[in-house]
Amino acid sequence: MTATNHELAIAATGLRKSYGDKTVLDGIDIQVPAGTIFSLLGPNGAGKTTAVNILSTLIRADGGQARIAGHDLTAEAQAVRAAIGVTGQFSAVDGLITGEENMLLMADLNHLSKREGRQVTAELLERFDLVEAAKKPASTYSGGMKRRLDIAMTLVGSPRIIFLDEPTTGLDPRSRHTMWQIIRELVSGGTTVFLTTQYLDEADQLADRIAVLNGGKLVAQGSAEELKRLVPGGHVRLRFSDPVAYEQAATALRETTRDDQALALQIPSDGTQRELRAILDWLDSAGIESDELSVHTPDLDDVFFALTGSPVPAQSADKETVR
Amino acid sequence: MSAAPQSLRAHPFRDNLTMLRRNLLHARRYPSLTLNLLLTPVILLLLFVYVFGDVMSAGINGGHADRADYVAYLVPGILFLTAAMTSLGTAVSVATDMTEGIMARFRTMAISRASVLIGHVIGSVIQTLMALVLVLGIGVAIGFRPDATPVEWIAAAGLMALVSLSLTWIAVGIGLVSPNAEGASNIGMPLVMLPFLSSAFVPVDAMPGWFRWFAEYQPFSPFIETLRGLLLGSEIGTKNALLAVGWCLGLTVLGYLWSKARFNREPRA
Repeated sequence: MTATNHELAIAATGLRKSYGDKTVLDGIDIQVPAGTIFSLLGPNGAGKTTAVNILSTLIRADGGQARIAGHDLTAEAQAVRAAIGVTGQFSAVDGLITGEENMLLMADLNHLSKREGRQVTAELLERFDLVEAAKKPASTYSGGMKRRLDIAMTLVGSPRIIFLDEPTTGLDPRSRHTMWQIIRELVSGGTTVFLTTQYLDEADQLADRIAVLNGGKLVAQGSAEELKRLVPGGHVRLRFSDPVAYEQAATALRETTRDDQALALQIPSDGTQRELRAILDWLDSAGIESDELSVHTPDLDDVFFALTGSPVPAQSADKETVR
Repeated sequence: MSAAPQSLRAHPFRDNLTMLRRNLLHARRYPSLTLNLLLTPVILLLLFVYVFGDVMSAGINGGHADRADYVAYLVPGILFLTAAMTSLGTAVSVATDMTEGIMARFRTMAISRASVLIGHVIGSVIQTLMALVLVLGIGVAIGFRPDATPVEWIAAAGLMALVSLSLTWIAVGIGLVSPNAEGASNIGMPLVMLPFLSSAFVPVDAMPGWFRWFAEYQPFSPFIETLRGLLLGSEIGTKNALLAVGWCLGLTVLGYLWSKARFNREPRA
């Protein structure tokens, strides 16, 4: 990476935190370029929330350093706070007052003028589809509405960096999609997003870079594609429509896995251009012509299994993948 | 480089005002907590005047029963009981507030941190003073007739405000150390018991010797004796006046420092 410190929205090195003799974060380094989405992925109890709490000045790290928006996390905490917005895992709205009053409260605490405050409130309520519910107490909102209000409140101060701690946990598929859309829009406006999630498809869908946190350590970092290449399981798939051609190819290519029902063969491959060319040359020299060729990389589920050695939480029965 | 962004400039005054507005909004939307707390002192006032009034006044006046006399004796004590009760409400609402997710948001915003507590304190003092006016009104309705001069009235109001402030800061500390609302109302109980162990219902002289010392010097007796003197012209005495002001200042400073230290503690993740 050639990015200088100036372009990094978040630059942390060696962050450590323990409670008693339980080490929650065991020296993690994180670098997030401005204007990108970074996802911290990990199972429950991996330390994701602790990392967010430290980076958002809520709690202090026992060791390590971090600069957020160019400001030192501990020495210039107030400057960091002015640059960030945080939407925690548990809804940070005031349930006793209405959605609109919550927004105006944020406008006041961001020291906007009365007029600006009203304007921003009206805009955000509109944008997050909360106009109808604006005059109702926030405690009466559904989970999805609370989450939307929560993020809308975070946006009142136009923060440059936004921390979202498991923003879609507990949301129904539709609300989840809405949330993804919101996050994409934020980044298109130049905001940096630091996102934690236990859902692989969420990180895959949204993040420019993903770091996998397990047991307080970062076990891998990279783009979704880079991570997928870390684990074996990639292959090239050849599909035939003619059973005879399929049999011929299966005999000629010994190193393959057969799928007789689909008339398809799988050749192990890491999916790089060089390997693909080698496979094509090999097929040509053997005189095999398939009707369809596709390259399959392992999905993040495979990566997650391989890296954390734990069952993937997103696979539990109550979760579904929306495509 | 441009100058510091606007949001970086501290606005403690505006933040305090914003938080005060938030607390008053809560109180206005959900007045039941304060109103419930008001019920106890009002019921006690009526009970002690109309049910026990003859016996109590006879006991104090050497056998001569005079209920009107006892109203005059009782109201100042009931007023401070009211202040203690409403501060219990403060402890509960602070404890509840601390368990809310919005507290984490406040802590990660570039605002004056103290404003969260100051908003509670000012809001509570305002509510307590309103409650005191209400209870005083009930007192007057059942025959309480203060003979204070305007200056004495101002001094009495100042005393009640100062006592409310000191009790509120202690209550905020109680709210901050309590894990939840139930905890706050338990930990706050001694605060509400103190007025019963003071000269609120019977004079200290009428108490057994071994107990007298405690009753005389604990905060509520000096508060009550000073208010009695201001409103009814009874003897205050330098000792009571000094103790009253001393307790107010001491409790305020203690409560403030305690609350501040507790609030600045790292929240358990």
